[in-house]
Amino acid sequence: MTEAAAAKKAPKPAAEKTPPPPVVGPVSGLEKLIQSGGFAVTAELGPPKGLDLEAIHKKVGILKGWVDAANVTDNQTAVVRVSSIATAAIMVQQGLEPVMQMVARDRNRIAIQSDMLGATALGIRNVLCLSGDHQTFGSEPGAANVYDVDSIQMLGILKGMRDDAKFAGGTDVEGGRPPLFLGAAWSPDADPAEVRTLRLAKKVRAGAQFVQTQCIFDLAQFKLEMKKAGDMGLLDKLAVLPGIIPLKSAGMAKFMRKNVAGISIPEDVVKRMEGNKDGKEEGTKIAVETIQAVREIPGVRGVHIMAIEWESKVADIVSRAGLKKGPGA
Amino acid sequence: MIVGEQKPFEQIVKLIERYRRVLVAGCGTCVSVCFAGGEKEAGILASMLRLEAQKNGRPLEVLEQTVKRQCDMEFLEEMTTKVGQVDAVLSIACGCGIQFMAERFQDKIILPGLNTKFIGVTLEQGEWAERCAMCGDCILDRTGGVCPVARCAKRLHNGPCGGSSGGKCEVGKDRDCGWALIVQRLQKLGELERYAEIIPPRNWTTSRDGGQRKVVREDLKEQGRIEPR
Ligand code: SF4
Ligand code: SF4
Repeated sequence: MTEAAAAKKAPKPAAEKTPPPPVVGPVSGLEKLIQSGGFAVTAELGPPKGLDLEAIHKKVGILKGWVDAANVTDNQTAVVRVSSIATAAIMVQQGLEPVMQMVARDRNRIAIQSDMLGATALGIRNVLCLSGDHQTFGSEPGAANVYDVDSIQMLGILKGMRDDAKFAGGTDVEGGRPPLFLGAAWSPDADPAEVRTLRLAKKVRAGAQFVQTQCIFDLAQFKLEMKKAGDMGLLDKLAVLPGIIPLKSAGMAKFMRKNVAGISIPEDVVKRMEGNKDGKEEGTKIAVETIQAVREIPGVRGVHIMAIEWESKVADIVSRAGLKKGPGA
Repeated sequence: MIVGEQKPFEQIVKLIERYRRVLVAGCGTCVSVCFAGGEKEAGILASMLRLEAQKNGRPLEVLEQTVKRQCDMEFLEEMTTKVGQVDAVLSIACGCGIQFMAERFQDKIILPGLNTKFIGVTLEQGEWAERCAMCGDCILDRTGGVCPVARCAKRLHNGPCGGSSGGKCEVGKDRDCGWALIVQRLQKLGELERYAEIIPPRNWTTSRDGGQRKVVREDLKEQGRIEPR
């Protein structure tokens, strides 16, 4: 028997351990804002594909003051980048609140729990649990994938660490629980349609306190799914942040409609894009109008603006939508 | 059944190029059913190897033999004579057959002529597909009889992921999304409410993660050696 195995077999000491004190929210600026009824604005920050820390600093500079928090993607599209934990920690230092994404593709439950303890030790509070893009799309198509747990199971594990001070394997979280604000993704337009809200319900039950959605262009459809979610009682405890993507051209709209799963772009949106020579301006207008429209939908507690590699656009959209006045304001 | 596919011919030629006398060993069960490593395939492969050697002026003697199953010692026994006559055996059984061959004939070079793919089904003539990933603790009762371990590219237990589109998997339009199938089937059965149940994290010790697996049936062992079926 190894030493570790022998130690495991030994009878437990009789002394009762007192569990670490419960986590009393809000634990982050984002949670606080949502709890107090504010309208949250989040954006996305993709870490660089090498040690170009200047790129992170620059993006932080562009977003700071315009958003309440920014998602740090976790090797998005399965391309190797600076880790979301490290990038999020740099953001904490620089005063831009991170929403750290964590995908189930690259970590088993040991790494997930250990990384989450590490992340909270570095001041990270918001985490978004995702299954992650399949590795065959990325820069390491020959990699093995982990998928020990899925995003819903990951939420459950993190909730257990926070609320019950228990790890997935049943042992105690000692000393202090991770103060986490738990998030997930939601695709209200995704296939198969029958389970769109059912799956959202599973995420909420597993522990999701907020969801950011796939980008919304089809407002009627989104309203319908939100109504269903409301009828199921999901919106009492859940903040929904619909995703907003500023289109750049009619071509981009058509490409996304055809190739990106879970996105529905109505014909009139494409027509509008085709009708204006300045695609970027029309796309921005649509984004601003969409934000104003979703604001009116019960249960919407903010927006998530995904201006991929176009971070500079975020400030413009936020200011034109009348959400924020920018740094120092 | 176990589905296999013969290695590309050029690779097989490379594998055996150092040997003068080779036995092509077929297996009459799974890989025979999927037309990859049975008696007929062993015969064709042996002829092709002979022709290739002749064309290149390389001395090569190729024997062939197919037994009912290479994963049973009793059947491997039947190969003793021919194995004794060659420098190397090219087995076109599945990975188990190839290894059992190596276990039985300890001092013989055993080469793999087949890639073992998965356990699956015949969809139609010439098309096979994976159905079970041998997780060791079947949960098909919870998923409408469709396996999320084998048929979801991310083995999600509470799928689908956001990549599911029109019933197809994000990994490729030529593959069904396992979770689309699960939802479809639960709906047909009027059991969609089962979907709402969260499947908790699995205990993977029954899968490959728990180390090499073994099944022991004491009741059968007590009966002593039984004739293979
Ligand atoms: S649940 Fe496990 S045993 Fe059942 S079909 Fe899937 S992989 Fe095979
Ligand atoms: S598309 Fe379907 S099968 Fe493919 S990874 Fe996603 S849930 Fe699994």
